[in-house]
Amino acid sequence: MLLADVASALEAFWRGSLGTSSALFSGTLVRAVPLILVGVGVALAFRAGVFNIGGEGQLLLGAVASTVVGLHWGGGVAGVIIALCASAVAGAAWAAIAAVLRARFGVLEVISTIMLNFVAVNLVSYLVRGPLQEPTRIYPQTSLIAESARLSRLWTGTRLHAGIFIGIVVAVCAWLVLTRMAAGFRLRAVGASPSAARASGRVDVERVTAAALVASGALAGLAGGVEVTGVTYALYENLSPGYGFSAIAVAILARLHPLGVLATALLFATLETGALGMQRDAGVPSVVASVLEALAILAVVAASGRFGISWRATRGPRTSGAA
Amino acid sequence: MSARTDGGPALELRGIEKRFGDVVALAGVDLNVAQGSVHALLGENGAGKTTLMRIAYGLVPADRGEVRLFGTPASSHSVRGAVRAGVGMVQQQLSLAPNLSAAENLVLGRRGLFNPAAAAERLDAVSAEFGLRVPAVSRTQDLSIVEQQRLEILKALSRGARLIILDEPTALLAPSEVDDLLQWIRNFASNGGSAVLVTHKLREALAVADDVTVLRRGQVTRAGPAKDTSAQELAAAIFADTAADGASERSSDQPVPAASSEGAVIVEARDVTISRRVPVLRGASFVVRRHEIVGVAAVEGSGHRELLLALAGLLPITAGQLRTPNRIAQIPADRARDGLIPDFSLVENVALRGLGGRRGVMPWSSLAALTSELLRRFGIVAPSPKTPAKALSGGNQQRLVVARELEREVDLVVADNPTRGLDLKATAFVHTQLRGAAAGGAAVLIHSTDLDEILSLATRVLVVFHGSVREVQPERSAVGRAMLGAA
Repeated sequence: MLLADVASALEAFWRGSLGTSSALFSGTLVRAVPLILVGVGVALAFRAGVFNIGGEGQLLLGAVASTVVGLHWGGGVAGVIIALCASAVAGAAWAAIAAVLRARFGVLEVISTIMLNFVAVNLVSYLVRGPLQEPTRIYPQTSLIAESARLSRLWTGTRLHAGIFIGIVVAVCAWLVLTRMAAGFRLRAVGASPSAARASGRVDVERVTAAALVASGALAGLAGGVEVTGVTYALYENLSPGYGFSAIAVAILARLHPLGVLATALLFATLETGALGMQRDAGVPSVVASVLEALAILAVVAASGRFGISWRATRGPRTSGAA
Repeated sequence: MSARTDGGPALELRGIEKRFGDVVALAGVDLNVAQGSVHALLGENGAGKTTLMRIAYGLVPADRGEVRLFGTPASSHSVRGAVRAGVGMVQQQLSLAPNLSAAENLVLGRRGLFNPAAAAERLDAVSAEFGLRVPAVSRTQDLSIVEQQRLEILKALSRGARLIILDEPTALLAPSEVDDLLQWIRNFASNGGSAVLVTHKLREALAVADDVTVLRRGQVTRAGPAKDTSAQELAAAIFADTAADGASERSSDQPVPAASSEGAVIVEARDVTISRRVPVLRGASFVVRRHEIVGVAAVEGSGHRELLLALAGLLPITAGQLRTPNRIAQIPADRARDGLIPDFSLVENVALRGLGGRRGVMPWSSLAALTSELLRRFGIVAPSPKTPAKALSGGNQQRLVVARELEREVDLVVADNPTRGLDLKATAFVHTQLRGAAAGGAAVLIHSTDLDEILSLATRVLVVFHGSVREVQPERSAVGRAMLGAA
């Protein structure tokens, strides 16, 4: 009896995540896209020693920007591109607030980015009940964006959209930048040892950390834009089921490796859609997914310690003022 | 307590063996420290001195062998056991909490209630009892290095330590501070305490120790009373196969390049003032020419560190004019913090140089080739260019920094304590490189806490005292007086 329950729960998990083509292409892969984008952004920031916890807020601002563009811009393929660019710029601007606070006033980005998440959530609530609410004023959401401002679907009958390619390209590019480009090496050097980067490499540490934080925000914003133009077509509250937070775990589980993020984002998306499937078909609470995710993180962090990898991305007290 | 007459052994080590992976750190070492005596433990970097003392203090377990503390076998091996037995250790890297007050650091790790007033009283009391002055600051990071070291010693003493192990305690100190410390160690021993002084400076060892043990590659090559030995014998024991190198602490017998007063001016400072909240350097004016090696002598906190940073282009000056060339090599004082990224590979560490101005794609293949060449040319012992820097010994890490900085032609070399913590061979290597850079046309500025090192290298000496810079005859007593502000 018990065994049968477990079997049916697992079957529901399988059917809900990977087992059917609709689950895979309309659920899991779709859910992986924002996790990839925000996850790569988080990995970049953490590699630079900047703890950007504000992916959620930056994602929401990106969603707002792409919605505004999508509502007012008619024209062609350019519409999508402009909407996505706007979302990246908005996410970057949201992160730039934290970057300025850090550079000017020494405010820890961990604090400011978390706080900006709340601001973003409430900003969306206000917008979808106020200036951006749909014309009938019944639902707390915007109108649907123009057809021409939507990302194309890959196959008819599924929800999988071109955003998956954007995610893959972004991850590969981030990896190439980190390993091959001077800017990426600078970022890694600053994250590993700000003092050595400054003293031995003449690196402007403040500038590099600010740039990493802003780039990280741009990718999170892009995730919001991709979500609106590819999945929701409108802005509403709870547009993101916490992608910005799951992505931190995704990045850490990937050991801050952009290509690893592709795999861990897929894993997390599988866990989450599978858990939803279990809840739907077998009555298992979907928070099981959160428990599994947390266990995976703990396992990786514990194993990393054993292999001598440190998550302390900054060493010693942060320098302030003239240094 | 009476001096060494009641001298049962404070510390006995018998047949201590320790391996780290394939590396034999200690191969059966015996050591006896009598109560009321000072014992100097000498040896090159990597000879096993620190490991041996960490075993004595219970920080790492020995693979084999026996540790006896004040006659009692230390069976359950732990720091707590060692502290209870009356052993204290001041490690090379001081372990104070920078944000806590001096008194809080003193009582940190004790049980029961914390009472700030009682802690402050206790600091006063032990500080008076043992004659080590530590200001009652609210943040320990505001203490000078020497005061922090005193606080570490007091911490051990206040827990009832009768045997104090000091690991390279003089590495960070100015000459006068070294003398004070050695004098204090002597007094401590004549009042019945015992001390182990881990060092690679022969002069210190001979000045203060009753007994000397020399380690070489994990084995004792000489042990006995200090009065029965000489610097030459000890140097021979330290180096064995290269006895000739070791006769003096420095390689001063190499020809000193002639001071040239007509070389082109490389550095010109006019009324340079540097402020960090308060002015730390005021109205400094001097020139440094091509081919010169100029020593910068100063006691800690005089403003010389800021001067060196400004010369290296890492600290903006507040007023005045400072002309420096573009091609600057810098050898920072703290290689693990400023010179290298320990987790990065050797190639990546070589690539650090000039990283701030680099654009586009990293030329990894040519950087890898350059690294291999540097390893060969500068005799750096490393398994491969892909090895992380932290896997190298301290001496080889410093060689890598020096190699990276001096590999191509430069106009100015700024070196801050470039041989700190290095053994004689690595020190000689660094000195040779600095002389080579000067011979090749660079102006070299070097600061060292070891005045003898400055005097052995430099043709001119600038003394920084309390923020003002002046030139002094390169002669020991004159420089020493100027460093302390005496005329």
